[in-house]
Amino acid sequence: MAVLQKNISSILLASPVILVLSAFIIVPIILITAVSFWGSTEFSIYPAFLFDNYEFLLTSDVTYRVFFRTLYFAVLVWAITLVLGFTVAYYLAFFIHSLTWQIICFLLCTIPFWTSNIIRMISWIPFLGRNGLANQSLIEMGIVDEPVEWLLYSEFSVCLAFVHLYTLFMVVPIFNTMMRIDKSLIEAARDAGASSTQILVNVIIPLCKPGIMIGSIFVVALVMGDFITVRFMSGSQIANMGRLISNDISLLQYPSACATAVVLLATVVIMISIMLRFVDIRKEL
Amino acid sequence: MKANSKSKISRRSLLKSGVAATTAAAAGTLGAPMIWAQSNIVLRQSGTGVSAFNEIAAKAKEDLGITMEMTALDSDSVVQKVATQPKAFDIADIEYWMCKKVWPIGNLQAMDTSKIANYDKIVGIFKNGKLTPTSTIAQGTAPHTVSFVEGANGKSFSSEETGWMTMIPTIYNADTLGIRPDLINRPINTWAELLNPEFKGKASILDISSIGIMDMAMVCEAMGEIQYGDKGNMTKEEIDKTIGIFTEAKKAGQFRAFWKSFDESVNLMASGEVVIQSMWSPAITAVRSKGIPCVYQPLKEGYRSWGGGLGIAAHLSGKELDAAYEYINWYLSGWVGGFLMRQGYYSAAVETSKEYMSADEWGYWFEGKAAKGDIVNPQGVKMESAGAVRDGGSFYDRMGSVACWNAVMDENQYMVRKWNEFIAS
Repeated sequence: MAVLQKNISSILLASPVILVLSAFIIVPIILITAVSFWGSTEFSIYPAFLFDNYEFLLTSDVTYRVFFRTLYFAVLVWAITLVLGFTVAYYLAFFIHSLTWQIICFLLCTIPFWTSNIIRMISWIPFLGRNGLANQSLIEMGIVDEPVEWLLYSEFSVCLAFVHLYTLFMVVPIFNTMMRIDKSLIEAARDAGASSTQILVNVIIPLCKPGIMIGSIFVVALVMGDFITVRFMSGSQIANMGRLISNDISLLQYPSACATAVVLLATVVIMISIMLRFVDIRKEL
Repeated sequence: MKANSKSKISRRSLLKSGVAATTAAAAGTLGAPMIWAQSNIVLRQSGTGVSAFNEIAAKAKEDLGITMEMTALDSDSVVQKVATQPKAFDIADIEYWMCKKVWPIGNLQAMDTSKIANYDKIVGIFKNGKLTPTSTIAQGTAPHTVSFVEGANGKSFSSEETGWMTMIPTIYNADTLGIRPDLINRPINTWAELLNPEFKGKASILDISSIGIMDMAMVCEAMGEIQYGDKGNMTKEEIDKTIGIFTEAKKAGQFRAFWKSFDESVNLMASGEVVIQSMWSPAITAVRSKGIPCVYQPLKEGYRSWGGGLGIAAHLSGKELDAAYEYINWYLSGWVGGFLMRQGYYSAAVETSKEYMSADEWGYWFEGKAAKGDIVNPQGVKMESAGAVRDGGSFYDRMGSVACWNAVMDENQYMVRKWNEFIAS
């Protein structure tokens, strides 16, 4: 009896989460998947069970190119934000000794996030432009004679904006795990004769794995799903999966957009489940 | 952008509407505008940014007492809204190529031209396609081909005047390439220059497939690469070839960026990122108002033209429908025309605008004469000094050399697919 009551109460306790998750995640995903098999004319979509959308998507080499572009950005941005994020978190956690200053510095990192991410992104455009501040300074300093063209509307500018937008998502979870590391472990390592590098590699990094993994999931998911950063920072010259979807939607091709979304979702889920194989986040949190 | 001028009832407007209410019965629906303030009529107008001005909404409130809620969207989104959300708008402010796309869906209702007071003053372009009796009709979706339907419930377009219009035309213009003469330093006279390697990394084209493909076609034809049967209705091979030429140019780094919204095109030009690009007339004025030289360059192959009008949503009836007609009649009666002409557009009933413009403004904008004094934009900011002449000259010079109209092709879905590949390549 007591066991049954306990079961009922735990089911009741879990039900709000279940309701919210199913209403806002599970049902939409089912709908998207269903619509991805529908047919479409120029203006209307009609229920059907067709593989046309997938066939078109998976037989076009544009899809593959765009898909690898998307992965490429995800990996590149992930690597850069990881190094940057880890370094910043490492500095905050181990080089600043007073808690007050740690909090102050941490808040400083979040200041850019007080404005919308569109603003943060667009403000790069006048800075990096042909006649922008960056080029003017380079020319005045005599480093280059002609304005540097690849600063804006290029892979560089897209990556730069991504790194700027998402590094904090790496800093926060890594900093969080670093703060939980028992300082006596590091002292013990030092007493046992480990060098700083050895401590970093053999003690700190392994203990930070859950934080690194959570940050990586954020960054990879955000970059894979983005479309607006790529559109603005590449001057519409570069496409990723998100832009394919947004193009389809603007042209009322919902089934085709859904099919692309399903493929993208599947890829992201696979990538994240692989990442989770490396670390048991629940155990280590 | 949303203009929602809430009615502020002053004693004056109350008096005015009181008087109007008593005269309304006599005035009828034709001609003299009725005042609608007491009935609190609100009409939601959805359209492209070109004519969604707060000033027009404010003036409509003042003259008619109708509250206009204007929503400006990009071309694709407007089509989407008109096609899929029939109840979400009352008046559609769309272009004729969009009309061709959305009319068959049935979310717009045909309009009785006998209720349009200035119908006779609407220029020939929208009725029989001819600007003057001797003009030839350009390629593409020429407005008159989708202007008329057989009757109140007509679904298919009629080639001649039937008394039932799909949309009442309001605004149109002839588009060409915009250039930065100070950064180019030599005459530009053909569309082919857009792909000239001299401007590598400094050219741009708009990323709106149905308009962009026409600009592309103008360029390919000017280069002598492709002879089109009809630029406005290309075959699959023509589409492949056109997109192919531009994809190659894109890969070679010809383009700095593509733009989708009006302000992006202004910024690209004003910042010097781009020196030659597809552009719209008010964008040129916006660049010039910043004191940066920018020319709407007439080209020997002619213009790519477009026209827009107001369509009434199918769900409108009764008072709202009368108010919509009233609004459209007011739209053609001159004040709006004058306002739009100062943006560099033309009004459909073009003569009615004349009395709302100074002789100098009319001379500059319509007749292509040198300005005698300062030319100011609708907001009163000075744009041109005395002596300036409009790029391309007079109304008849510009609208008389239209090479093609913005269009929707039979192979539209194929074209869109190819366009997406071009953007993604």
